[in-house]
Amino acid sequence: MATFLGLDYPTLWFLVVGGVFSGYAILDGFDLGAGAWHLFLKKEKSRRIALNAVGPVWDGNEVWLVIGGGALFAGFPVVYATLFSSMYIPFMLFLAFIIFRATAIEFRSKEEMAWWRKTWDITYSLSSIMLSILLGIILGNVLQGFEIGADYEFAGNWLNFFNPYAIILGVTTLSLFMMHGAIYLTMKTEGRLFTKLKLLLRRAIIFFILMFVITTAYTLIYFPHLSDRFKEVPILFIFPLLTFLTIANIPRLVNKSKYRSAFLFSALTVSFSLAIVAIELYPVLIPSTLDAANSITIYNAASSEKSLSILLTIAAIGAPLVLSYTAFVFWTFRGKVKLDETSY
Amino acid sequence: MDVEILARIQFAFTIAFHYIYPPLSIGLGLVMVFFEGAYLRTGNKQYEQLARFWTRIFAVTFGIGVATGIVMEFEFGTNWATYSRYVGDIFGSALAAEGIFAFALESGFLGILLFGWNRVSPRVHFIATVGVWLGSMFSAVWIVVANSWQQTPAGYHVVGEGIHARAEITDFWAMVFNPSSVDRLLHVWIGAFLAGTFLVLSVHAYYLLKNRHVELSKRAFKIALSIAMVSSLLQLFIGHRSADGVAHNQPAKLAAMEGHFDTLAPAHMYALGWVDKESQTVTGIGLPGGLSFLIHGDFKEPVKGLNAFPEDERPGAVNAIFQFYHIMIAIGMFLIALSLYAGWQWWRGKLFEKRWLMWVFVWAVILPQIANQTGWFAAEMGRQPWVVYGLLRTSDALSKAVTANQVLFSLILFSFIYSLLLALFLYMMNKKIKHGPVEGTLQEHRPKQEGMVEGMEG
Ligand code: HDD
Ligand code: HEM
Ligand code: HEM
Repeated sequence: MATFLGLDYPTLWFLVVGGVFSGYAILDGFDLGAGAWHLFLKKEKSRRIALNAVGPVWDGNEVWLVIGGGALFAGFPVVYATLFSSMYIPFMLFLAFIIFRATAIEFRSKEEMAWWRKTWDITYSLSSIMLSILLGIILGNVLQGFEIGADYEFAGNWLNFFNPYAIILGVTTLSLFMMHGAIYLTMKTEGRLFTKLKLLLRRAIIFFILMFVITTAYTLIYFPHLSDRFKEVPILFIFPLLTFLTIANIPRLVNKSKYRSAFLFSALTVSFSLAIVAIELYPVLIPSTLDAANSITIYNAASSEKSLSILLTIAAIGAPLVLSYTAFVFWTFRGKVKLDETSY
Repeated sequence: MDVEILARIQFAFTIAFHYIYPPLSIGLGLVMVFFEGAYLRTGNKQYEQLARFWTRIFAVTFGIGVATGIVMEFEFGTNWATYSRYVGDIFGSALAAEGIFAFALESGFLGILLFGWNRVSPRVHFIATVGVWLGSMFSAVWIVVANSWQQTPAGYHVVGEGIHARAEITDFWAMVFNPSSVDRLLHVWIGAFLAGTFLVLSVHAYYLLKNRHVELSKRAFKIALSIAMVSSLLQLFIGHRSADGVAHNQPAKLAAMEGHFDTLAPAHMYALGWVDKESQTVTGIGLPGGLSFLIHGDFKEPVKGLNAFPEDERPGAVNAIFQFYHIMIAIGMFLIALSLYAGWQWWRGKLFEKRWLMWVFVWAVILPQIANQTGWFAAEMGRQPWVVYGLLRTSDALSKAVTANQVLFSLILFSFIYSLLLALFLYMMNKKIKHGPVEGTLQEHRPKQEGMVEGMEG
């Protein structure tokens, strides 16, 4: 099997897919989180400012999900097929909320009527919350594994996807995004709104830390096998350790009003958490609870070597491009939000 | 109803709905590039007003295009799992390339296009507009390549058996330049230009009739009409090339398009007609032997008819395919006639005096939309019963784990959401068009160079 830097192609693509989803969680994470706070802001002006803080970038953020989906389809078609057809209902709900959210952002400020704005405000906030929770639910089920038969098809009951562990992970994801989003909004606002957001941010941090502790304890107690990899390769303990340190750093930076650094650290928290998930799973992508032999791994799910080498080339050419215009857009809209006639 | 029928209805419904918007985005993008380009070159404020006005409309079509597109991206996995496993090795790289090269470009620059008017210089703004437009053009490239590969597979070999069978890529460029992709891509692009320009023509014809924004509208009309004239002519030429390709690569599809059953007879080409599947006859008017001529250059030469194919390898809905195909062509011909006639009146200096002609343009906006839809329906239904031509049957392509009730649930869900979206879309378009471009003084472009110091900290 061909390798590059000592890693085989499926592993490299696993890293690429992981990187893209981590980019997605960092980017869409803050705008979903900002959306989750929307109803907590009471004044019309505050809501508009919060909306326009994510206005020019949310769509570009969501593209990372599209790229991730494409990367999964291309590199691990079996995972793409099995994951989405098994979790049919959660994904359909997810897609419905994506549409509702996009519509709400697009149309909210286009009419003056109070009922109009209120309806879209609720839609926007609710769908942001539900999307965050659903992402966590999906992740939770992937971690636990589900019933996969020998033909790679789901052989269980879809209602089981809404199990306690998945829901806990859903809420944890929500809390992480809400913290991440609150830091972003704090960074982008000034005046009274800024003061209010500082208060909300404190609550967000407490909410997140609480959920993080619960999830960690629940995982260790009920799914001890998930930490096997760390026991085998103790050096990997560096990741949980780094995660703890990063999380601990956030309240410290917030207290010092260093919001930009705090944002960086909450982004790191997102990445490290996903890195831990990746380490726990690798090389399995979806464990089968029926028979370990049916588990989907990066090897039995991967595209051909030829295809992976094409993909890696595409990624190598594309990544600098994507990163450079992402950076350019964020740079253009740097600084505090200012409303003008083109705003939402 | 069984899963297969429901899943097909769902796919057809969601993609057809999605495909209302991409052609508008691609076509309007092109027109906006022209408007902003004209502004940069001439410095004439009216072009800037036009660009700004159409950007606002574009924002709506683009927004709905994105929202409905994300559904498409995941629908292969949810409803067509076997298909996804079968084609992933090939199809995936096209889809991944689309995400990286196209969507990231369009969505990235979209922020600047919509919100950057007062933030960046006109030149940078123009670059962003071009970026968004190119992004939408690229996205058509990859998705059409993927679809064309399904129609005319190339550059692959099949490995594995039974449930583990799949196509693996052997030659990337042969996959990209499969026999139908270039012609179909050009055809799709130009179909999109027509959709966009006819929207612009419609709105400005309406203003002219109502005596609003007159000078502005005349300028816009002339630019859009020029694009429309070129595009409609090119479309005939490229459509013809496509038909030629279908004749060679998918003869059963072509036979269905013209309702040709008998294997050993010369084939006709109809202008309009009705296919009776029972008696295997077409009642209609057309050019006898026309299809034979198209394919062989000889009116008498026989063409393979549907009967030459085994029963289970021919498309079923022959009359529907026939009708869709002929509606598209009829519209294509009409658009050529309409735009050339208007061009001639323009040359005579009488274009804007003909009110009836302006009314025709107001309503003609719907025609490219219909042609785009019927074109796809003809192409996709003509491919049946194969999902990958000659390799994988549609009935084998489904997700085995998904039940009819689940598909029905999502179908109802999306019908509800999409009806709402369509209503909102029409309402917003109507509102924005009624409101019209802002005339008179506009805020000057004022790029803020010192913005960075303005305090991220705080
Ligand atoms: C001819 C062009 C064309 C065709 C045939 C399709 N699309 Fe599309 N799509 C576009 C042209 C386009 C576009 C112009 O790039 C869009 C629509 C309008 C827009 O605003 O971007 C877009 C948006 C769009 C998005 C959102 C991208 C984003 O977030 O910016 C996705 C995920 C897809 N599409 C996926 C699909 C899939 C899976 C299709 C096939 C089954 C499909 N599209 C057919
Ligand atoms: C945007 C324009 C498109 C339209 C309007 C369109 C239309 C349709 C229609 C009407 C069907 C149902 C056919 C039937 O059941 O008889 C269908 C099926 C399908 N199409 Fe397309 N299509 C489009 C683009 C694409 C693209 C770009 C792809 C792939 C890249 C694609 C892949 C499929 C698949 C997988 C099915 C399901 C299987 C089947 O029923 O054939 N389509 N499409
Ligand atoms: C003027 C005469 C036209 C001819 C001879 C023609 C011919 C064709 C043919 C043969 C196909 C099937 C290609 C295939 O299955 O591979 C097709 C598909 C299609 N047509 Fe046309 N067409 C014409 C006009 C138009 C117009 C005016 C539009 C839109 C404004 C349009 C939009 C489409 C679309 C969207 C498809 C599906 C994509 C594809 O398969 O290329 N066509 N056309």
